[in-house]
Amino acid sequence: MTLLRQRLAAIDSTRGVWVALVITLTVGGVLVYADGGSLFHQSSIVSMLQRAAGLGIVAIGQTFAILAGSLDLSVAYVISLTSLIAAETMAGSEGNVPVAIAAVLAVSAGIGLANGLLITKLRINAFIATLGVGLLIKGYLEQGYAGPAGSVPTSVQRLGYDRIGPVPLSFLLMAAVAVAAWVVLQRTRFGHHTIAVGGDLDVARLSGVRTDRVLIGTHIICSICAGITGLYLASRLGAGAPRVGSEGGYDLESIAAVVLGGTVLAGGRGGVAGTVGGVALLAAIDTIFNQLAVDPFFKQVVRGVVIIAAVAIYALRRRKAGRP
Amino acid sequence: MSATETGNAVPVRSEARRGLTGIGPILVILAVFLAAIAVRQPEFYDPPSLLAFLKRAAPLVILAAGQYFVIVAGDFDLSVGSLVTAEVVIAARLIDGDPALTWPVIAVMAGFGLMVGLVNGLITTMLRVPSFITTLGMYLILVGAVYTWTGGSPRGALSEEFRMLGRRGIEGVPYLQQLPYAVLVLAGVAVFAITLMRADFGKVLLAIGDNPRAAALSGARVARARTVAFVLSGLFAAIAAVLLGGFGGVSFQVGAGLEFTAITAVMLGGVVLGGGAGSVTGAMLGALTLEILFTLLNLLGVSGALKSAVQGLIIIAAVAVGNIRRRS
Repeated sequence: MTLLRQRLAAIDSTRGVWVALVITLTVGGVLVYADGGSLFHQSSIVSMLQRAAGLGIVAIGQTFAILAGSLDLSVAYVISLTSLIAAETMAGSEGNVPVAIAAVLAVSAGIGLANGLLITKLRINAFIATLGVGLLIKGYLEQGYAGPAGSVPTSVQRLGYDRIGPVPLSFLLMAAVAVAAWVVLQRTRFGHHTIAVGGDLDVARLSGVRTDRVLIGTHIICSICAGITGLYLASRLGAGAPRVGSEGGYDLESIAAVVLGGTVLAGGRGGVAGTVGGVALLAAIDTIFNQLAVDPFFKQVVRGVVIIAAVAIYALRRRKAGRP
Repeated sequence: MSATETGNAVPVRSEARRGLTGIGPILVILAVFLAAIAVRQPEFYDPPSLLAFLKRAAPLVILAAGQYFVIVAGDFDLSVGSLVTAEVVIAARLIDGDPALTWPVIAVMAGFGLMVGLVNGLITTMLRVPSFITTLGMYLILVGAVYTWTGGSPRGALSEEFRMLGRRGIEGVPYLQQLPYAVLVLAGVAVFAITLMRADFGKVLLAIGDNPRAAALSGARVARARTVAFVLSGLFAAIAAVLLGGFGGVSFQVGAGLEFTAITAVMLGGVVLGGGAGSVTGAMLGALTLEILFTLLNLLGVSGALKSAVQGLIIIAAVAVGNIRRRS
């Protein structure tokens, strides 16, 4: 019964963002059309989907950490670091690609493990632990790199640009990650434990869930997703860049996309579907504003307002529904 | 600025002990760093150079005090860095080199800081948006608004009178040579913050951070106190912006990352994230310690790039050690 209610609550809280997305696309489409353009032109759809891909993969990882009641502020630096590891290991040669991918996955998993251990074993607040780890990586990057480094062979660069019809390969990559994440959260024991840990850590522990392992697992997944985004950005840029993650604001934006999707920051409620919707909404707003040639900086303002408003509405709805 | 928050009333005693144990570690760390500097560069302790150091450290200490109010009540303020940037950019554009506008614009800055804090507080308490999201949204709004308003690069210039507050001081003070205005401002803010925390407001804030439900049931006006904490954080960010605008130039980078540095300082001072424990003195000492550490790293010839790595290490270590002590 409680599981059913939880499931319903999860669907309920992640549905709103899709409604908002449809409204945004409709209103935006009309506005762009009135302006003499077309929002549903192939090039604008491609740009919308490409914008969504990079942020989407990090945000899906972030969803795991947040669902478990944690969060990860180190993802932006993990992205920069892994973009460099990928490009430098590949060094322009196709033969090195598998090694590079393995290296990226290993390093990002290691960082996730470190985050998880700091949080569970040393009981450091997730905010502080991941901020600290992020700063450590930032220091390493600033010390070792002044600008772009390494080079990505052309075959890998195609991941960043090729598309099937209007759908970029990068978007398919994100979709694959999203489906995998959805399956893990909905259909596996680990997924249910993640929700349980985020809902109430003590209750989960008393019910026999190995909470430390679950938390560590979510952090490893979160970092690996950041690593995949690092790989994708390296393929798009053709090289690794020491600031690509922090300049893209992937740390705070990924968290924003997750909560925009209806996942509760305190954990235990929400899901991947909402996050994908949140990312799509941010990308749609971006693209509409680009089409209307609105001051690019003004977009930031709208983003800030949208995020606060969305979370305020979710909070209001939950109170009306009688949940705390 | 001592940790002796002893009062006559009985309930205060446990708080005094908590204050002491909270502030002990940061005093030890500070002493170690001070000793290391004494070995490496004894001239640091000449009054003028010591005051110059305090002048440099003042903005971060003030920001840490502001962030303390918010954190101890169980919230976050991620908007302070962007608020500092916004304030400096606004000041430069409004003053545009006209000395007569200096004080009116400083009043506008204070008002803007108060307003941003009030909005943060009201959204967090009335609309029940987690403060992390509220202030993250405010961060995006402030950065975007400032860029939009200035068209991408800062315009105008600060007046010399404005810069004086961050740069100069009262000349010809015996023994000290120059008493920087920034140090006076810092002292004023410190006294104000400590007084507030000793007053009823401070006790209510600590109680809210410890257990908001219990505080509400015992009659505390939780929403109002949390909102006031945000307002104080906004006001202190405005004060820090006046000083920072004085030292440095006008740029979009003035406040970048300061929110995290301030939070690091507060944690370092023994304040617990999630609220309810730690003193404002500790938070300000934490900021001072961080600045001393940066000075020390400079003296040791450690490159500036490693500054953030050291900051990361320190914040993890400080919180880990604090946790182990609390458990044992």
